[in-house]
Amino acid sequence: MTVDSDPSPKFSAYAHPERLVSTAWLAENLDRPGLVVVESDEDVLLYETGHIPGAVKIDWHTDLNDGVTRDYIDGERFAALLGSKGIARDTTVVIYGDKNNWWAAYALWVFTLFGHEDVRLLDGGRDLWIAEGRETTTDATTPVAVEYPVVDRDDATIRAFKDDVLAHFGNPLIDVRSPEEYSGERTTAPAYPEEGALRAGHIPSAASVPWARAAAPDATFKTRAELDDIYLGEAGLQAGDDVIAYCRIGERSSHTWFVLTHLLGFDNVRNYDGSWTEWGSAVRVPIVTGTEPGEAPAARV
Amino acid sequence: MMNEIPLPDQLAEIRDDFLALAVPDRLQMLLEFSNELPELPERYRDHPDLFERVEECQSPVFIFVEVEDGLVHLYATAPREAPTTRGFASILAQGLDSLTVEQVLAIPDDFPLTIGLTEAVSPLRIRGMTALLGRAKRQLRERAAA
Repeated sequence: MTVDSDPSPKFSAYAHPERLVSTAWLAENLDRPGLVVVESDEDVLLYETGHIPGAVKIDWHTDLNDGVTRDYIDGERFAALLGSKGIARDTTVVIYGDKNNWWAAYALWVFTLFGHEDVRLLDGGRDLWIAEGRETTTDATTPVAVEYPVVDRDDATIRAFKDDVLAHFGNPLIDVRSPEEYSGERTTAPAYPEEGALRAGHIPSAASVPWARAAAPDATFKTRAELDDIYLGEAGLQAGDDVIAYCRIGERSSHTWFVLTHLLGFDNVRNYDGSWTEWGSAVRVPIVTGTEPGEAPAARV
Repeated sequence: MMNEIPLPDQLAEIRDDFLALAVPDRLQMLLEFSNELPELPERYRDHPDLFERVEECQSPVFIFVEVEDGLVHLYATAPREAPTTRGFASILAQGLDSLTVEQVLAIPDDFPLTIGLTEAVSPLRIRGMTALLGRAKRQLRERAAA
């Protein structure tokens, strides 16, 4: 770790406090050598309207997704992307974004697929930074390119594919979409574009915990105690569980992946990025409609 | 035949301006459009009932198409935190302004795919603009049928 952690007392209750920084800490540490701030938003133009001074932009669609295959970019392109943003393998990266860090968490998860070690989220994201009246600029950031090694993506540890989910039955699944998507009233989030699934509903046995429940009204993460109540209390997760989270295309569930892994300390959480757009259209996979989780089928190993 | 009506000059100009730029500069131009989206005229400010929400857009955007003396005007409102959506609406507000109903209905549905933004903002996001154009045309058809 190049840059020390934010010692904020709120974070000390989390399993991995070093994964979050506060807006106050970031404001004081913006000029620290070895630290790069990355903005990652849903809206591709939001960064251009004003960003944290010195922050670079990484876009989930145009930078992190492969343009042709439904997959993430490979190790070579990831190395080229990060190097061009002035990020080296040992750089401390702080990611922030709009909508409760929804897309920032997605970017962080993709960074983790490539094993980038020190990558953190700005607690409260873009919304809190702006609400607090902190400095933004439209000045272009011109990073000095550095060398980033080509690292193979690890698709086994924190990423699940459809067959992994079929083999996972009997273990906890968390569906982080809206209640309407979970029950099968609709296939997309309210007010979001149709992204194509032929059936509506959820994966059998999945507990419904909409992702944004982990966020407080000011876009920061809820406290450890509040998160414990939601995920251990209501959703019934237990320490040591092997968990798979999913949503519609894997972005909202990255946020829940972050909460379970870094804030609550679950060591075996995977994000099923195929999510409902794959499961809801796949042939001969079981689904459940309505508000009850339903029974887990036998695991298909 | 509808497709004999050529693409109106003002739309062709917007398309050519985008295509003349490198991809990153196209985003900047979209931002300029976004900043140029006019405020709603006074007479429509208190009439949310007239406006239709475009569900396909990721951010709340509302449009209303007016026909006055046979000429089309498109009004739209979207929050500052949604600059891409504002940009799409602004392109259409400028591109459709003062065209005839026939001219607007003749605009190819895939016009948004032809202006060089697909690469810059991604194919998924450009669907928001396709939906805006589709809804604008549908409003005009409904009005013509009424």
